Amino acid sequence: MSAEPANLELREVPGPSAIGGGRHRFFELLWLMSVTEFKKTFFGTVLGYVWSLMRPLLLFAVLLLVFTQIFKVGSQVLHYPVLLLFNIVLFGFFLEGTGAAVGAVLGQEGIVRKTQFPRLVIPLAVVLTALFTLGLNMVVVVVFMLAFGLTPLWSWLLFPVILVPLAVLTCALAMLLSALNVRFRDVAIIWTVLATALNYATPVIYPLQIIKNETLKHALMANPLAPIFQQAHLWLIDDPETEGLITAAGGPLPLVVAALIYVAVCIAGVWVFTREAPRIAEQL
Amino acid sequence: MTPPDPSQVAIEVRGVEKTFRIPTHRVDSLKERLTAFSEQDFRVLHALRDVSFDIQRGEFFGIVGRNGSGKSTLLKILASIYKADAGRVRMAGRLAPFIELGVGFNMELSARENVELNGVMMGLTRQNARSRLGAVLEFAELEEFVDLKLKNYSSGMLVRLAFSVMIQSDAEILLIDEVLAVGDASFQQKCADVFYEIRDSERTVVFVTHDMNAVEQYCHRAMLLHDGSVTSIGDSGEVARSYLRLNFEQAPAADSDMGGMADITLGDVWLEDREGKRITNVEKGAELRFGATLEAHRPVEGPTFGFSFANADGIEVTGFGVGLDLDGGTLPDRLEAGQRIRLGGEIENRFEPGRYVVKCWIHREHNYANLVLHSPQVLDFVVYGKDGPGVVALDHEIEVTVEDEAAMEADRER
Repeated sequence: MSAEPANLELREVPGPSAIGGGRHRFFELLWLMSVTEFKKTFFGTVLGYVWSLMRPLLLFAVLLLVFTQIFKVGSQVLHYPVLLLFNIVLFGFFLEGTGAAVGAVLGQEGIVRKTQFPRLVIPLAVVLTALFTLGLNMVVVVVFMLAFGLTPLWSWLLFPVILVPLAVLTCALAMLLSALNVRFRDVAIIWTVLATALNYATPVIYPLQIIKNETLKHALMANPLAPIFQQAHLWLIDDPETEGLITAAGGPLPLVVAALIYVAVCIAGVWVFTREAPRIAEQL
Repeated sequence: MTPPDPSQVAIEVRGVEKTFRIPTHRVDSLKERLTAFSEQDFRVLHALRDVSFDIQRGEFFGIVGRNGSGKSTLLKILASIYKADAGRVRMAGRLAPFIELGVGFNMELSARENVELNGVMMGLTRQNARSRLGAVLEFAELEEFVDLKLKNYSSGMLVRLAFSVMIQSDAEILLIDEVLAVGDASFQQKCADVFYEIRDSERTVVFVTHDMNAVEQYCHRAMLLHDGSVTSIGDSGEVARSYLRLNFEQAPAADSDMGGMADITLGDVWLEDREGKRITNVEKGAELRFGATLEAHRPVEGPTFGFSFANADGIEVTGFGVGLDLDGGTLPDRLEAGQRIRLGGEIENRFEPGRYVVKCWIHREHNYANLVLHSPQVLDFVVYGKDGPGVVALDHEIEVTVEDEAAMEADRER
């Protein structure tokens, strides 16, 4: 901890930026910020973990009731309750990551205005915290699946192949939203609406196969989240009724559109965040 | 005292420029952005213009200037919080900032977590950051509040913790912004001790303050910023004096905020010592005389002239109001156009050390509702000397005696 004289040569001060300041420090900071935030939600209140689990479970109970007793769609689909719970938890990760990211930079105002650190840590820490929550909730989902009587499938091990593209998209959106919200404070409101729309445009609470309107189904597959959730469905439950990606999309075109949107969002996230990062402290 | 080594530069600033675009009408929503047809109106604020200077290793370097002169902007550029528009900053060693009375805390977290977080931000490993906790809390005298969330801290506790975090860091360069304005006497004493210690160490300090005594006490050299430019740089005493002169020259110019020409204007306001010499620094307890000249531009019936003295916390310590025929005055209670008056006399100097601002009010017809002039800052002065507790220094004669048996017996019987 003593001063190292070797360090004492004049070096250019780079100014604030999205990354920089050493990889080691970046990851230490990222880890520490997300762990502290995670601890705060789960151990800060007496029922911390119970509460954060109650939300998806209650939502699950309500939707299950609606879709099996009122609309009867659920009963036409194999293992619908399992699929529903899994989807709610997975989409919950996306919602939590992006939703918390919107106000993240503003929420860390005290730190941003007074210290120099790689600004990118802020949105990424939010997504990492959401990822920890997902991990805990997934334990419950797996217990539920086994209790429901599902035979474990080898394809369950492919879950990371689903999670990685979803997490990357969440990060890109987190960067985009957290940077934009500093300048335009109504981004938070806009995102609430958009996120709800996305929730319905993605096969989360309904399986894709119940849509009878083929054009609509094909169009939905152009939403980058849809192929991810459809593939998850395929690997989660061995059901011949579940359509493959190309079949569901009615050809490769919607999937190409989805991929293009995906890449565009990622580029926009990185571009906007690195452009805004040096000026974030001034605009708070 | 080891003088700073001029051959080793710790901070080199070259041609730094910074402008802010201040929208006349702030657009902070997408909706407004999309519905705004014309280009946005904004005013360009030149916060720093071509600022260049060097700070040597081991130097205690003061930066002074009036509010809005660019001090904070410069500090934030040094701390890599703002990005300079042009120019370059080079630095030798790591830097620990203390800006706007803090080091960047998350109020939702406890002192323990914040100390760790701050350490990691400064580039320590989590392990090393945690091992600093004891020393930080000890210096801040906050050991018993280690797990309390910072949002439940008092502002004094927060400043102590922040200052301690900065001091206990192993950074070679410290940026300190106006720490002396807050905290109780014992904390200020602690700061003073630490400052003397650092001044004679290898560490480099950039110190921003409004307290010219502190500048003269601690700083090897100082720099005066005015409207974003370096006005003078060098001996701390001289820089402190030019700052006070600048303040003094500009204060009456910031005259009435009533708009237009007031019926009565202030000519000059000053302090003088026993010999009648004008002063801007007063020693604690030394004889202090106040003087002001005023000129009427239109006839004013029953004018009252009020002056009040506020300390750096904005607390009005004392004040007085005088009139032409009040308090034994024998003048006709009316000012004619063009008439000039001069008021002056001794003020009992019970001011504690610190910075004071003199405000002025003038009323007509001895009625506080009829304001003729209100000037929030007509004079600005510093009282120096040994700091005591409280707002004013009152005389006291307290004796200590040892009670003997007989007296105790007598007490008991009573």
